[in-house]
Amino acid sequence: MSTSKQQPLLEVRNLRVEFPTRRGSLIAVDGVSMEIAPGEVLGVVGESGAGKSMTGNAVIGLLPSPGRVESGEILLEGERIDNLPYEQMRKIRGKRIGAIFQDPLTSLNPLYTVGEQLVETIQTHLDLSEKGAKDRAVDLLEEVGIPSARERIDHYPHQFSGGMRQRVVIALALCAEPRLIIADEPTTALDVSIQAQIITLIKKLCREHGTAVMLVTHDMGVIAETADRVAVMYAGRIAEIGPVAEVVKNANHPYTHGLMGSIPKVGHEVERLTQIDGSMPRLTEIPTGCAFNPRCTEKGPRCMVERPILEPVENSFVACWKFDPEGTGA
Amino acid sequence: MIALIIRRSYQSVVVMLVVALLAFTMFRYVGDPVSMMVGQDTSLEQREAMRVSLGLKDPVPVQFARFVMNTAQGEFGISYQLGRPVAEILSERVPATLELSLVAALFAMLVGIPMGVYTALHPQKWLSKAFLTISLVGISLPTFLIGILLILFFGVLLNWLPTFGRGEVVMLGGWSTGFLSGSGVKSLLMPAFTLGMFQLTLIMRLVRSEMMEVLLTDYIKFARARGLSNKAVNFGHALKNTLVPVITITGLQIGNIVAFATITESVFQWPGVGLMFIQAIGLVDIPIMSAYLVLVALFFVIINLIVDILYHVVDPRLRVDGSGAHG
Repeated sequence: MSTSKQQPLLEVRNLRVEFPTRRGSLIAVDGVSMEIAPGEVLGVVGESGAGKSMTGNAVIGLLPSPGRVESGEILLEGERIDNLPYEQMRKIRGKRIGAIFQDPLTSLNPLYTVGEQLVETIQTHLDLSEKGAKDRAVDLLEEVGIPSARERIDHYPHQFSGGMRQRVVIALALCAEPRLIIADEPTTALDVSIQAQIITLIKKLCREHGTAVMLVTHDMGVIAETADRVAVMYAGRIAEIGPVAEVVKNANHPYTHGLMGSIPKVGHEVERLTQIDGSMPRLTEIPTGCAFNPRCTEKGPRCMVERPILEPVENSFVACWKFDPEGTGA
Repeated sequence: MIALIIRRSYQSVVVMLVVALLAFTMFRYVGDPVSMMVGQDTSLEQREAMRVSLGLKDPVPVQFARFVMNTAQGEFGISYQLGRPVAEILSERVPATLELSLVAALFAMLVGIPMGVYTALHPQKWLSKAFLTISLVGISLPTFLIGILLILFFGVLLNWLPTFGRGEVVMLGGWSTGFLSGSGVKSLLMPAFTLGMFQLTLIMRLVRSEMMEVLLTDYIKFARARGLSNKAVNFGHALKNTLVPVITITGLQIGNIVAFATITESVFQWPGVGLMFIQAIGLVDIPIMSAYLVLVALFFVIINLIVDILYHVVDPRLRVDGSGAHG
């Protein structure tokens, strides 16, 4: 999809997010580039602290303080949005880019009914009367699968279960029919039995509405089931980005390879799951060269000094010198 | 909601009975009521007759029951020193204290809450830092010192405001009000400021810390992600959640304003119940002291009841309506 000639819906170019601290800047996102086509689901996967959530936050312009976009560009339908003043960016949030957060139990304001929160959001973005907005709110609740929506609309968040609350959050994200939704760990806080329902719902709604999704998660299973393409992040950088089937079945980057090997598979007799030794470096201790080099089993001298760039390998792009004509120098 | 009010009312009655028992014990056992009332030259027979006529010979539970009945009807006995019914003295004095407390409480809330919100939303602005510095002064200076300094500046040096008393009062039915005369309002300014200052700083600091915490919550982040305006996020979502804990503390503080008006009333010679109480202590006027005790307890109980009701109005999670989480 990304290779087609049509203009991408979202384009992130060389994004660098920094957190200035007293002891120098921490680089949370370092030179990340990705594209999302209209209607496409891009999974962004990585360990905690890999920069995946920060990339999502940067796109909706809500980086936690004191984080800031240091360099790079974010384009929505060809228009730069990373340098917009707050008020203009606010009008894009909710209207053109929706968001779903991790914990549905804390995403809703406990003092307002779900109807009040929906109507408020709808009226912020669409020119509808109170009555029209309420009708739309009921339709949205029905669409996300809340039974007897007309009655439930006057209920408070605490009267809904976790899964139902996440459905309300999804309805809130869809209020103004945004073309892109940033879903940050939408299933992590839910029971396993509910996770599949929510994923199915997000998939179904996005297909029906033609909404593109940036699905941020650490759960490879969710990505494999939902995404069209996947970006694997490591230490603030993209290690590999490509079609989901290829990355899952045929990982190129040594990190992705290890990551896939660590997922247990049903029906396969495996003595031990593979495991990547060590842990992801802290933001203050990212090594020179390839950030993965301390844990890589296939590293060469070049990996220790020169940072790999994303290069095409089959249908994917991989940041590893292994695939460079000049090799790792080993 | 009705059930809540009834349940809370029962509890209030119990609290009031306990306070009445304290007041009764004080009345009955601190000193001898008869020798307080009569002169030196009263004979023993006369004293004994008086004891019988006052019912002091009856069993204690009967006396307590009588005390409660009388108190409930606003009958607090006769002041030892003034020789007038305490109820009459109270009715003259209560309006002064209530007006002073009301103005002080409104001042503390109407100024304290906006200051707290401002300092929470703009923690880095110099004005916020100025507010916080001033609030340190308000919290650490004792009330009487603030009062005396105010008297010195505005009363003695500048001669703008009267230094004591209530000024001219207008009678509205049985209620004497200082709101309707120029001198009444002018007299109210300094005492109300003095009384409200501590509460103001407390409310401001409370609102500030609560709101800063609320601003970090997920639902505020999600409200921003939905593209709501700053006004809707800060005042519709953040402030309302901030006010839930603030209501409790503020309610109790209003009770404190009434109770601790004593100090301010003494400094400004404000003719309210607090000043009356201080004078009564000096003169061991037990009926007035026990009446004051019951009255202050009643204020606290009423304010607590209002706070409980407000709590339920603001926070839907406390409303038990039978439809719990399902689905």
